[in-house]
Amino acid sequence: MYRSGLPLLINVLSFMAVAASIAVGERSVQARMASPSRFGDKAFEWLTLAMALVVVVLITLIGWQLWIGSSVAIKKFGFHFLVTSTWDPVAEQFGALPFIYGTLVSSLIALLIAVPLSIATAAYLTELAPLWLRQPLVSLIEMLAAIPSVILGLWGIFVMIPWLRDYPFPFLKRVFGWTPFFSGPIYGPSMLAGGIIIAVMILPIITSVSREILRSVPDLQREAAYGLGATRWEATRIAVLSYAKKGLFGAVILGLGRALGETMAVTMVIGNTPQIAASLFKPGYTLASVLANEFTEATTDMYLQALFEIGLVLFGITILVNLLAQLLLRTITTASTTRAVQ
Amino acid sequence: MDNLVMATPEQSVTERVEPLAQPPPSIEPAPPLTFQVKNLSIWYGEKRAIDNVTLDVASNAVTAIIGPSGCGKSTFLRALNRMHELVPKTRMEGTVLLQGEDLYSKNVDPAIVRRRVGMIFQKSNPFPTMTIGENVIVGLRLNGVRNQKFLNERLEKSLRMAALWDEVKDDLHKPGTSLSGGQQQRLCIARALAVEPEVILMDEPCSALDPIATAKIEELIYELKARYTIVTVTHNMQQAGRVSDYTAFFYLGRLIEFGPTTKIFTNPSERQTEDYITGRFG
Repeated sequence: MYRSGLPLLINVLSFMAVAASIAVGERSVQARMASPSRFGDKAFEWLTLAMALVVVVLITLIGWQLWIGSSVAIKKFGFHFLVTSTWDPVAEQFGALPFIYGTLVSSLIALLIAVPLSIATAAYLTELAPLWLRQPLVSLIEMLAAIPSVILGLWGIFVMIPWLRDYPFPFLKRVFGWTPFFSGPIYGPSMLAGGIIIAVMILPIITSVSREILRSVPDLQREAAYGLGATRWEATRIAVLSYAKKGLFGAVILGLGRALGETMAVTMVIGNTPQIAASLFKPGYTLASVLANEFTEATTDMYLQALFEIGLVLFGITILVNLLAQLLLRTITTASTTRAVQ
Repeated sequence: MDNLVMATPEQSVTERVEPLAQPPPSIEPAPPLTFQVKNLSIWYGEKRAIDNVTLDVASNAVTAIIGPSGCGKSTFLRALNRMHELVPKTRMEGTVLLQGEDLYSKNVDPAIVRRRVGMIFQKSNPFPTMTIGENVIVGLRLNGVRNQKFLNERLEKSLRMAALWDEVKDDLHKPGTSLSGGQQQRLCIARALAVEPEVILMDEPCSALDPIATAKIEELIYELKARYTIVTVTHNMQQAGRVSDYTAFFYLGRLIEFGPTTKIFTNPSERQTEDYITGRFG
């Protein structure tokens, strides 16, 4: 019981004040918030769409320009451009087959060398290397990517080719000389040298993408393997590499894209001879190299047209290879699921 | 023998009472021990995760390890098959004996330890690129078993023991990840059983499962203890009460109390244990 009415009144009043302030406070917080704006969402959507479209437009425009630039040559040579081997600017006879062959073969050699090296490096970096060694190694590999192509080409001419000519090439000839791929005289500048220099150039990208992919494999997978008594190699094989298969394939395709377009260093070591030879010791030529070498000397319109068409072919091959790779990837995935469902 | 303390926790009480006032204490024979852990301490870098733990694990029984998050229960479990060594910069002191052999002696290969001491994880982790069948026998294949007839026998037997055979026997070639969460966890149990380990460690095996799947796993744990020694970590007090014979309560890396589950849950000696079990903290 209150002795007088005053404290009671004060009590009641203060209680009401608190209650009111809470009520007002709640209402005002709700009231302060603006109604959700649809404008921001829409603007964001359109902006990102526009950004994404830029890439599509750019690719289309490049293809269109190459097409326009080579339309006369396309009309004149037609399909023959892709399947004949004569490259005679004086007689205005143009066939791109040796360049297509050179691009594909040098890239293939590069992949054969770079893929096992890169994936093994990535596996070492994520699974085996002691922690203190990982970052320095990663930095070194990234530095390799930072070396300008032309410097690598110079190194190729003055260091790599003489060395290849003196040691590995004679060895290959001795051991595999009975196959057409390693027969004939050893020049030095050659398809094989071109492939090797491309391998050096695509190593960093395949390694660093593979490393990211292997790092994203959940530890739970590794633990599952180790928990069964797997050794480090076994755990890497069954839990890490096989889990990351698809991603690693993507890394390889990324490297292939680079390999196809690689220009400067290859031009410096491949020998620049438009010929199709089985022996990898013989010089070759790539689409990118012929473009780089001959654009400045393209004096006639038809010559320029033919070079534009070379560009179009390279463009087409790059896109085709990527499409094929994606198709292959899809077949691999659906094949494994259908096999599993059967 | 100091490991008798674990086997008959009432012994210390009976020793103190007058021999004639009570009927003679019924001294149960000590159950055989699978693990004898002595003064185990484990550090991750500077952080001490396990602090001087001494504990014996009885054979053919389920030992549950309970305690709040970060109390070291998972680390302790992993120390029993050297899985904690996968984390870089770990350091340990003390001894862990498996059937009397020192797991950490220099000439012991951790891969062999893990064959003998299998493990089930918090989240089911079948290998996604392998079929159900391949998942079960992968451990045998890894360890060099090539005989197809033997592999098939182990496949069926392991799946039966994991109470999964009837559900998957027609789907052995489907990917392991096509199963439901509870089935995947039982597939992982079958995978662990296939190599015929002596012990199965379970690290919160039901934490990602619904109550029905959980009940199946618990039933399985109960059946498996006839053949295997099981050590399980759990957050779920009722689960520990239901499935385990012995319970160890860990707090801040130390073993606070260890004894038969019935005693820990009905009459704990330590205040902290009681507070945790009754839900006052943790």
